Amino acid sequence: MAPEPPLLSMSGITKSFPGVRALDGVDLAVQAGEVHCLLGQNGAGKSTLIKVLAGAHQPDSGTINWRGEAVTLRSPIAAMRLGIATIYQELDLVEHLSVAENVHLGHEPTAAGFVVRQRTARASTARLLERLGHPEVDPARLVGELSAAQQQIVSMARALSHDVRLIVMDEPSAALDPDEVDNLFRIVASLTADGVAVVYISHRLEEIRRIGDRVTVLKDGRAVAGGLPAKTTPTRDVVALMTGRNVEYVFPQRPTAAPAGAPVLEARGLSRAGEFAPLDLTVRAGEIVGLAGLVGSGRSEVLETIYGARKPSTGQVLVDGSPLRPGSVRAAVRAGLGLAPEERKAQALLMLESVTRNVSVSTLSRFSRGGWLDQRAELGAARAATRELSLRPDNPSVPVRTLSGGNQQKAVLARWLLRGCRVLLLDEPTRGVDVGARAELYAVVRRLADEGLAVLLVSSEVPEVLGLADRVLVLREGHVVHEAPARELDEHRVLDLVMEGSPAS
Amino acid sequence: MTQHASPPRGSTDKVQPVGPLPVWRSLVARADVRTLSLLGVLLALVVVGGITKPDEFLDTRNLQLVLTQASVIGVVTVGMTFVITSGGIDLSVGAIVALSSVWATTVATQDFGFAGVLFTAVLVGVGCGLVNGVLIAYGGMVPFIATLAMLASARGLALQITDGKTQIVNIDGILKLGERDSYVLGIPPLVLVFAVVTIIGWLVLNRTTFGRRTVAVGGNAEAARLAGIDVRRQRLYLYLLSGLCCGIAAFLLIILSGSGQNTNGNLYELDAIAAAIIGGTLLSGGRGTITGSVLGVLIFTTITNIFALNNLQSDVQQIAKGAIIVAAVLVQRRTASTT
Repeated sequence: MAPEPPLLSMSGITKSFPGVRALDGVDLAVQAGEVHCLLGQNGAGKSTLIKVLAGAHQPDSGTINWRGEAVTLRSPIAAMRLGIATIYQELDLVEHLSVAENVHLGHEPTAAGFVVRQRTARASTARLLERLGHPEVDPARLVGELSAAQQQIVSMARALSHDVRLIVMDEPSAALDPDEVDNLFRIVASLTADGVAVVYISHRLEEIRRIGDRVTVLKDGRAVAGGLPAKTTPTRDVVALMTGRNVEYVFPQRPTAAPAGAPVLEARGLSRAGEFAPLDLTVRAGEIVGLAGLVGSGRSEVLETIYGARKPSTGQVLVDGSPLRPGSVRAAVRAGLGLAPEERKAQALLMLESVTRNVSVSTLSRFSRGGWLDQRAELGAARAATRELSLRPDNPSVPVRTLSGGNQQKAVLARWLLRGCRVLLLDEPTRGVDVGARAELYAVVRRLADEGLAVLLVSSEVPEVLGLADRVLVLREGHVVHEAPARELDEHRVLDLVMEGSPAS
Repeated sequence: MTQHASPPRGSTDKVQPVGPLPVWRSLVARADVRTLSLLGVLLALVVVGGITKPDEFLDTRNLQLVLTQASVIGVVTVGMTFVITSGGIDLSVGAIVALSSVWATTVATQDFGFAGVLFTAVLVGVGCGLVNGVLIAYGGMVPFIATLAMLASARGLALQITDGKTQIVNIDGILKLGERDSYVLGIPPLVLVFAVVTIIGWLVLNRTTFGRRTVAVGGNAEAARLAGIDVRRQRLYLYLLSGLCCGIAAFLLIILSGSGQNTNGNLYELDAIAAAIIGGTLLSGGRGTITGSVLGVLIFTTITNIFALNNLQSDVQQIAKGAIIVAAVLVQRRTASTT
């Protein structure tokens, strides 16, 4: 590459928050037309860095050069004017406005300065959507009616509606199916072909291999490596840089003998109209059963129906042979079920509260007499449960929001451990959990199973299901298409089963 | 090692990381900055009152009056604090106080004497709370709408019962409670009731499973549901509790005014919400403080009193209240973002 000045170069960026040095002298150089991947564990400083780049945070020190000139990004608008657009993981769209209105939010085409020219807005939105490979999205539809993948396209269309030279994408593939990811990569490729630079954040190394040009690795607020070749740097090296350890996805050893415990959880002919067809399923004590399938195959719905959070159309759920009252979470919890839901923050955690209170919330009556809480007993029990899972920091009085994703997940597991639950339902247990912490979480789940828990696991990451589960059920469009011991399956076989018959890209 | 990691006592209003802090810092942390600043404001007001009207403001009778006035709205605010902490709102408290006070003072009710009036006031309050709670918890109505409907209809019913007339109470036992003879150690019985309600409210919110569940429902209702908490039943209980507090407040008002009127409790909903908010209870739910709410009530009542003593009109009072709400929320946002 010719030694022209980089499109963007950030150097010596520091940013502190009360008690935390989030960025500690980070350098980042991005060339026009490249896909620059940003890797790092949670808390490594990725999101702070992109917020500085988006003008949402002001750095304490350091310089930012844009096309060879020093600039200050005083506000998101200033960044946008330069041509820097950011697509956050949590999309910032207005659900009750149409696609076209969202795309042009803040810079609507107007007549006489204030009358919005809807027709022009819709036409230009349609052109942008066409360019992004989604001409089927109607610019007049409300954003709230669109799928997650389509909303992401709208978010990108909004970025492109400005004269953009650099797009930051924060885990754009997290909510997407494989074929949608393919489309995303096609878009990224066409953007870079036009000379736009893309800063791409992902936890998935294989994606970075596919589309990345160079990689910058962040750890503890520092760039521990900058500009590594994305395609050829060995995975081992990248993981070592991120974690400071040599850890790959290490799955714990399965017990040598197949678990022959009694069936604890059974579903018989369980179905929900429009979501999944009648299915039978048995999980024995000490066994981990995995449900594999695409987003939309009904995986999460199966779990939530078993848990009573959704009412089944047919069939029943049995625990130790006795049926549960359908559609009652309380009946499920009382029978010994526990759910670690997919959206931890929205569905499981009380973000304003301490770890202790998050752990004890399902077990309050055990620490009370006539409604009166024994807070000492509560704290002691929470401490014991979180220690057993080596939750960090080892202080259950800290607010749960200060924990990393992996430790928040452990807090949820501790809740059910404390409750003495016998069936653990895990929905995407490692979403938002960084690579280093995953192996530890896998080990925890396996250990709980070895201690006699029945575990039902849902994951969109096939290696996770295959590596962790004893037995795997493959779901496709609400039907169980295959069931086999995990060791008899491999990733290709599962992906074939999952995609079979679906309009593959 | 000289320092022992003492088992943390349950912090009342917000979670403090527990670690080996210097003694003074842990003391301040435990007392909590927000509560201290509210106390500071209240003290400042007392100073202002003492300077502008030294003889009248600090007079025992006046202080008794201030506390008595704070009692009625204070009891309502304790109930409101629970509802707001759970992520709800109760706009009908003023109307429920009015309805309870007139229903409890009809000629027919007064025939049953002291107990009849007390029982009716409480029962009407709880009944209205029950309707609110059922509509919200099991009917799926938004609290704002359900309690707005209750506000309108309870006021209407109160007017229908009284036909706009003041219903005089002629039960000695009740009237006597408002007189100086029944003061206990100089404290009016109304204030004692307020104190008891406050203490019970604080204990329930901070030391019981009910309080913990209230906070959980307000912090994240979906998470609470998936954790196995009966969110609907909890919501029902909370509006019952608010109704109960309104019933008690209505009875206090009957003692205070010796009558029942359909105009009673006018705009109590706004005063109670404002007191809770400046006290530090989050309008979005998930965090509530009885101590803060009570301090909020005392601040508002003291302002009203000082303004009245200085012959300032109620319009000025209203403006001052508005300014205090804005200032309190701004200060809280600042302290929240730096901790």
